[in-house]
Amino acid sequence: MNTLLTIKNLHIHFETHVGKVQAVRGVDLSVKKGETLAIVGESGSGKSVTAKSIIGLLPKRNAMIDKGEIWFENKNLLTLNNKQMKKIRGAKIAMIFQDPMTALNPTMKVGKQVMESAIKHLNLSKKEARNKAVELLNLVGISNPETRLNQYPHEFSGGMRQRIVIAMALSCNPKLLIADEPTTALDVTIQAQILDLLKHIQKETGTAIIFITHDLGVVSNIADSVAVMYAGKIIEKGTVEEVLLKPNHPYSWGLLKSMPNLDTKGKLYSIPGSPPDMIQPLKGDAFAPRNEFALAIDYDMQPPMFKVSETHYAATWLLHPQAPKVDFIRETQDVLMKQDDKISSIDNNVLLEVKGLSKYFYLKSKQTLKAVDNIHLEIRRGETLGLVGESGCGKSTVGRTIIGLHEPTSGEIIYDNTKLTRHNQRQLTKKMQMIFQDPYSSLDPKMKVEDIIAEGLDIHHVVKDKKERKQRVEELLKTVGLQPHSASRYPHEFSGGQRQRIGIARALAIEPEFIVADEPISALDVSIQAQVINLLLKLQKENNLTLLFIAHDLSMVKYISDRIGVMYLGTIVELANSDELYKNPLHPYTQALLSAIPNANPIVEKSRERIILKGTLPSPVYPPSGCRFRTRCLLATDACEKTPEWREVETDHWVACHYA
Amino acid sequence: MQNMKKKEVEIPAKMFKIVGRKEETLEEIKRSHLTGWQDGWLRLKQNKAAMISLFVLLMIVILSIIGPHVNTYTYQQTNYDAVYLEPNSDHWLGTDKFGRDQWTRLWEGTRISLYIAVLAALLDILIGITYGAISAFKGGKVDHMMQRIIEILVGIPNLIIIILLIMMMKPGITTIIIAMVITGWVNMARLVRGQIFKLKNAEYILAARALGADGRRIIIGHMLPNTLGIIIINMMFTIPSAIFTEAFLSFIGLGLQEPLASLGVLINDGFQAMRNHFYLLAFPSIVIVSLMVCFNLLADGLRDAFDPKMRN
Repeated sequence: MNTLLTIKNLHIHFETHVGKVQAVRGVDLSVKKGETLAIVGESGSGKSVTAKSIIGLLPKRNAMIDKGEIWFENKNLLTLNNKQMKKIRGAKIAMIFQDPMTALNPTMKVGKQVMESAIKHLNLSKKEARNKAVELLNLVGISNPETRLNQYPHEFSGGMRQRIVIAMALSCNPKLLIADEPTTALDVTIQAQILDLLKHIQKETGTAIIFITHDLGVVSNIADSVAVMYAGKIIEKGTVEEVLLKPNHPYSWGLLKSMPNLDTKGKLYSIPGSPPDMIQPLKGDAFAPRNEFALAIDYDMQPPMFKVSETHYAATWLLHPQAPKVDFIRETQDVLMKQDDKISSIDNNVLLEVKGLSKYFYLKSKQTLKAVDNIHLEIRRGETLGLVGESGCGKSTVGRTIIGLHEPTSGEIIYDNTKLTRHNQRQLTKKMQMIFQDPYSSLDPKMKVEDIIAEGLDIHHVVKDKKERKQRVEELLKTVGLQPHSASRYPHEFSGGQRQRIGIARALAIEPEFIVADEPISALDVSIQAQVINLLLKLQKENNLTLLFIAHDLSMVKYISDRIGVMYLGTIVELANSDELYKNPLHPYTQALLSAIPNANPIVEKSRERIILKGTLPSPVYPPSGCRFRTRCLLATDACEKTPEWREVETDHWVACHYA
Repeated sequence: MQNMKKKEVEIPAKMFKIVGRKEETLEEIKRSHLTGWQDGWLRLKQNKAAMISLFVLLMIVILSIIGPHVNTYTYQQTNYDAVYLEPNSDHWLGTDKFGRDQWTRLWEGTRISLYIAVLAALLDILIGITYGAISAFKGGKVDHMMQRIIEILVGIPNLIIIILLIMMMKPGITTIIIAMVITGWVNMARLVRGQIFKLKNAEYILAARALGADGRRIIIGHMLPNTLGIIIINMMFTIPSAIFTEAFLSFIGLGLQEPLASLGVLINDGFQAMRNHFYLLAFPSIVIVSLMVCFNLLADGLRDAFDPKMRN
């Protein structure tokens, strides 16, 4: 196989008003014809910037390419002018963006959008372009392409739009497809469809793909080779088996370790700290301050790329012949095993009971959106109940209704034998708290961290004077692992993980018994997720908290929860102990969800059979009658037109399906 | 690779000892301590046009305060022996048809114009914020009613309201401010309403509600501080248009009356004597143009610096 694209020693920086940000600091890469290269890294690691520089889409105003070469078909792309670049962009190299909701022009028919670049680059006539568009929509799995061509983007769901974006990218038979987190904005079952589609397309057309992602499970599913980026540098590259099974850099290894799989028990490994601030000049190995095996030299000198095998390279001094040999797996297995002592303090007292809860939203168009429809739940004192489901299934609405942010349309919420009403809500807010999803929007940007954390103390007049308030805030900051003297700073000065911990400290301030964690980790980077999960578990143990953990990441939910409820379109379809649910899923939707989780082990991932659900989530405004899952279910029959009963099939294993 | 090998030889063995993490620095924040305002000021400082405007505005404000006092004349002191004097060493900007000192009148007029504009803008804000915040926060039917009232107000032409008002009240500073505020607050109310609607679903507002915060605390503690930037920016756009409205009303004779001076009055005077005594029109015009341009440039700069939507 010969090389299609080569990047040599690429350096890019951004000019900002506070200084220079070194976004890419010397990237060397090559992509072979027809292969899939995954670039993995956390936010800010420079992976998107690298990809955008290939196609010439960096913001001209403040992005500077300091040095480097990008060779594609014997041309250095960085020396081409705008006109020459236009001939390559879209025609030979195409790009798929992260958010399918904004990547399409809402005022233009999708057919025209797909045909546009074919007409421009391939000089096709309108009729030829139309035929081509039909062919492309067929290829990306959109049924009825002739009629669908005349529809506008808003008539398609998120997953369908991403297919159209892919069709647009493919319209000129590009040699290289750059996919920038194409599945991050999608649900797992849709993600599985899109990944399958990309693999299918590659087989059909032989195009090479650069796949940018932060999800190692996705990498192991789709990639042939992998490059791991950290702080603007590639720290390890090789074939997918080499990097994911035998990682050599402590960072790639830490990343892999901090993702729980379905069997993870005990304490989760986590990489402490946050990625470096790229405005500061970096000395030595950027990862050294977070690396438990950092050598003295790491703080002084940048490690060169060491060769592990013909295809496998890693930039760490640990590979130097003089360096001590470290057996990553054993060293930390010991640490983690020692701490494997999650004593469950669950008694069978029910702390919170939800009976027949419904929450409808009345839309302006006189329609009713049934976000939550007649659900029953029990949460026992001291346990963690996980609630999973795709976006729009109503899981967040359940959490918010329980905490009192929404008023239930019908049904009861009983907390500690007291029925929740409008009158006693204020007293109960002291016992129930919430952790929010987005660490960037959940903290008031105009308030100091001190005031954010102390807000609950102020509202409920818990502290007597300023001195006590300050002391309490500093204690809380220490509890969540932040420095007490950062209390006088503003939220924007913290990294995402640190902000999420401030949010946790705020919830803890009034010493609640029960916490609703609404997707607390889904906006965080992989290495930070484990920190937050470990913190939650530690706090739970210390303060005997009861948790309702809402998420869409099934492996994380499995790891943290004692029992799990699976939601689909406003109803709970299955509820069981987490081990039981994963070993013996009864509802076909649970089975499909479980099978859609990508596994970070490429050998397992590439060989396993998966259930791929057809279609997308129906609108909760017009949910299907009877069993709501029947439109996508593989087992559905006429019997499913009747609403299935919510029944206990085995002890503590509830399911709503006629065939379970 | 050759270089690499040379370097490797030089590394002493002790460099290869495992020293581990630097735990103490892990959660440290290395960036210097910057509040939102400081950050915005840094951005604003890089905007040359805005900085020059700021400087010019400051000069005009200072001159309008001390200007009338640096010579011995007052703005209403007439001298029929010295009418229509060209600018000279005694009367720096000349005199008008009654022999009044133009320098004194110009800065006195600028001060009054600025006073009217700033006061009108402040009142706009006060009414607008209250109205907009209540409308958005209550939502539902209350919001619906309050918005219909605004629409009715917008529907009546400005000039009619002002003429009616001046028929009932004596023309003067108070009247003109009231006339401008009666319809002026509507824009601010709409802006604040839109902002608060957006903030209502922000997670930090939900978090405050989950902590049991009441409406007052949410509006004053969270929503207003977060709309303040946009309010100030909008005020900077309101001031120049208020200056212009005042000048326009005075020019068509509905505003201030002589002997009071304002930029509008002066321009009206100058306009009538334009053919023979152009300097009477030139100086007030220069001041009003620089005020309008500078306020707009500064507001633009402020928006770029403080409005998160304008950042990249």
